[in-house]
Amino acid sequence: MSAASGLLPQDALDGPGALRVRRSARPSGWLVPLALGVVVLLAFMPAIVSTGDTSLLINAFVLLTISTMWNLLAGYAGMVSIGQQAFIGLGAYAVVVGAINGMEPFTVIPIAAVVSALIAVPISMLVFRTKGGYFAIATWVVASAAQLVISSITSIGGGTGHPVPGLSSLSPTQFADISYWSALAVVVVALAMSYLLLRSRLGLVLAAVRDDEDAARASGARVVLARHVVFLVAALGCGAAGAILAVSQLQVEPASAFSVQWSAEIIFVTLIGGMGTMEGPIIGTVIYFALQQNLAQHGAWYLIIVGAVAVVVAIWLPRGLWGTLTRRLRFEFFPVGYLVAPGRREARAPAERGPEPQPAAAGDR
Amino acid sequence: MAALLELANISKRFGGVVVADGISLMVERGAAVGIVGPNGAGKTTLFGVISGDVRPDGGSVVFDGARINRLDPGARCRLGIGRTYQVPKPFERMNVFENVLIAAQQGGRQRGASSHGRAIASLERCGLAERANRNAGSLGLLDRKRLELARALATGPRLLLLDEVAGGLTEPEVRDLVAVVRSIRDEGTAVIWIEHVVRALLDAVERLLCLSGGTFIADGEPRQVLESAAVREVYLGTDELAIEGIA
Repeated sequence: MSAASGLLPQDALDGPGALRVRRSARPSGWLVPLALGVVVLLAFMPAIVSTGDTSLLINAFVLLTISTMWNLLAGYAGMVSIGQQAFIGLGAYAVVVGAINGMEPFTVIPIAAVVSALIAVPISMLVFRTKGGYFAIATWVVASAAQLVISSITSIGGGTGHPVPGLSSLSPTQFADISYWSALAVVVVALAMSYLLLRSRLGLVLAAVRDDEDAARASGARVVLARHVVFLVAALGCGAAGAILAVSQLQVEPASAFSVQWSAEIIFVTLIGGMGTMEGPIIGTVIYFALQQNLAQHGAWYLIIVGAVAVVVAIWLPRGLWGTLTRRLRFEFFPVGYLVAPGRREARAPAERGPEPQPAAAGDR
Repeated sequence: MAALLELANISKRFGGVVVADGISLMVERGAAVGIVGPNGAGKTTLFGVISGDVRPDGGSVVFDGARINRLDPGARCRLGIGRTYQVPKPFERMNVFENVLIAAQQGGRQRGASSHGRAIASLERCGLAERANRNAGSLGLLDRKRLELARALATGPRLLLLDEVAGGLTEPEVRDLVAVVRSIRDEGTAVIWIEHVVRALLDAVERLLCLSGGTFIADGEPRQVLESAAVREVYLGTDELAIEGIA
């Protein structure tokens, strides 16, 4: 491409007016230690708090994992799925099947995630034929169909469900601790994967698709390929989350594993926190569990308040709490973007710039 | 050598409205072609057919000797067809640099530092380098139009489709824009430019076509086309075509 090379004057790269590119949003040296510190602190939680509290945290980790996956799908790739429970259920049942066949339940967790992703391949071929609202319904139908199929297989308990065998050798404390650490590992890997994905070239494509799909195509993006990748990653994460549920609850029932209630919680958490931001689902999960802990004893009022919060945020803060904050503060915990800064030479000798015509200023008034 | 772009017998109707009625068009490498025509003549649809956003009912689109009818817009962009939208479509939650970087990486197939260099060069050409870190959603109309152009440029097009980039701009702004388009053309990139601001076109193209009722009614040297009876008749009773300074 001859025209392409003509677009690259050498001085754009290292001339006196050179601009340097770096990854965005105040790359603060303390963020990585902070994140590591939080993970280490969470890892020591079983020694600090009661088993009741760790099982609550397991539920929070599961919800954060699946919400992070849904955020990739709906918040970035523009695919509003209400059928992620299909992969939660499949991941849970993969653990049951593995354990029945004599495998160690905890070691089945990564295998269950991969099985979910593999099953997502034919499912994606089916549901990708639809768009928008039809896609949402199609994913829900697939989830319900998966539940019906699993419920009809009597060797794994049919409609009444099946316990997860092979865990009786562990003491109750050992079991609680390993469950907790597995859930923590899954959510940390899910967040790290999501972060690395969003920082990659594919991540830039996803952010563009989120903002304007037509313009993304017109810029040369392989939108369909990006969607397939995200759909598989989301199935992988939801499968792992389902496997954690199966292990930590010692029991899987099709009606709860494949419940559409999951989608309601995922959507609440992501919308409250902020769709299309890494931080959104994290904040949403914290708020959701804070509401649940403080209001659950008030019965119906709990649901009314949760609903009211959702309505208020949807109307007045359509970007969610973090989406609104990050615009004001220009700050991100997970910087995925780029910033352009003046090059070193220019920065050191600003006085020399004076007489030089700045290419950037040529068109400005 | 074959023409860069060859449209043959393109037809398209939306319901009962015919927007392309057997359109044929050849554009040579490095040519600069302008298209005028009244509202609803099918200009933007024609761009859609070339860029892949619109599927024609019949006819063929050949780019650089290869039939591209079945390629999606992304694939056509990677082949070298860049386009701007009449109503700018910036990626509003990304900054200006990222808006252009994705075009350099995807459409322009650049990686790492070379994609960064390409993006910065495109921004500098369009006078946007100082706003590289601005959120694209916060840009005004002029900068949105510049961003459309910078993004299309970053894909490294061999054919650039400009859809009313001068509309809504002041005269000095239009003059700057024409200068940029001329420099793009001078580097050998073919340009097809749809525009109501005829003065801008006359400064940048060597061939002008007039589209009306889904078909070309005139084709040739710009001033002759504007003065032809067929074109005058189409614009009769309207002042849409600002032809001042021509008669």
